[in-house]
Amino acid sequence: MNCMNLQIDQTTYRNASPSRVVSVIKDKRARPNDEYQSVTSENTNDGARWAKELDLVHRNKSTEAFERVFNHFAPKVKGFLMKSGTDNAMAEECVQEVMATVWHKAHLFDPSRASAATWIFTIARNKKIDALRKQKRPEPEELGWGPEHEPDQEDVVGLQQETERLGQAIANLPTKQRQLLERAYFSDMSHSEIAAATGLPLGTIKSRIRLALDRLRHAMK
Amino acid sequence: MMTKNIKHHLSDDLLMAYASGNLAEGFSIAVAAHVSMCDHCRSRLESYDALGGALLERDTNITVDQNAFSKTLKRIKMTPKVPQPKEKLHSDFPDPLSGYVGRRIAEIKWQPLGMGVKQAVLETSEDATARLLYIPAGAQMPDHSHRGLELTLVLDGAFADENDYFTKGDVEIADGSTNHTPIAMDGKPCICLAVTEAPLRFRKMFHRLIQPLMRI
Repeated sequence: MNCMNLQIDQTTYRNASPSRVVSVIKDKRARPNDEYQSVTSENTNDGARWAKELDLVHRNKSTEAFERVFNHFAPKVKGFLMKSGTDNAMAEECVQEVMATVWHKAHLFDPSRASAATWIFTIARNKKIDALRKQKRPEPEELGWGPEHEPDQEDVVGLQQETERLGQAIANLPTKQRQLLERAYFSDMSHSEIAAATGLPLGTIKSRIRLALDRLRHAMK
Repeated sequence: MMTKNIKHHLSDDLLMAYASGNLAEGFSIAVAAHVSMCDHCRSRLESYDALGGALLERDTNITVDQNAFSKTLKRIKMTPKVPQPKEKLHSDFPDPLSGYVGRRIAEIKWQPLGMGVKQAVLETSEDATARLLYIPAGAQMPDHSHRGLELTLVLDGAFADENDYFTKGDVEIADGSTNHTPIAMDGKPCICLAVTEAPLRFRKMFHRLIQPLMRI
């Protein structure tokens, strides 16, 4: 589990162990099925909710669960694409492709490694690179979990808690820092391009981003 | 292709740009190749993905076309089943690089640069140039500087400059302003992936193309 392992300095590098990687390797196969049958938003947090909905999409091919996922995430994906510079028609087109990929690849979603939002973000980001930048996306080698890998429930819960804390930490950032992070992620620009477009010196852009990341790290401790 | 003892890692800037999808293809190959070899940077990258997910979750003000869901269902029915991932074949290079240069060092089509140094330029988008370099033991790395960002990932062998020593999996990040003369070490050839930013002229043009879309 590692929502916020964003160290900068070299000393932290050496001491940091890939704890998430180690913890995920423990492959417990206990996963109570009945827990997955009913999904309500009242008795569970949001991260857990979407992980369960995606599980229903994968296991039961449930279009009802998929529609709930769609209603929640499709507008967000469209917002992301439009901030990257697509027009409305192209964004609509891409949203459909992204959400169709969510359906087809639901079996690859692993709630011990990423939140539903993070997983869908990576699909939307790859669509952006493909549709907008017209480039290929070289991906790192997959770690060999194997097709039978069942996520450890402890890791799933831990990741969901970290995800909530991260969401809260972002909400608590000063507005300017949060906006800059959003721009760095959602606009199709490098830091120097952001500097050129905003008229702020590159050093200011970089230090504001660093400050925002430091605050997030601090909040995740 | 995990590699131990990596000491020189990716910068936060590079990881964040890769996670957000704003990194030129050439640099992305080097990032993906390093992450394939380095669990530490893999976990840092997951954090930057998580940050993207958390920012996406905050986004609220947009609605989609009212037929979008039914159109998506139609699209799903029309898409053939996603193919199973292929069996992994042995490669001399990390997978993301094999996609560009093939799986065998021996089959690379090198272009000689003199003094035994050779290069092979990868086919990527034009906003960065990625090349494989082959430097015989004791020979000096060619100067490929454009005065922009330069990233060198060691794939085999090692090189050293006045201050530092870089071995398999290590990344050297330079901005082109530092004048250094790295040399292949350890009595064997050094093979690396070197990526440089496109000349400023091109980047300016790219920027002009996207700026009107940004409203910032």
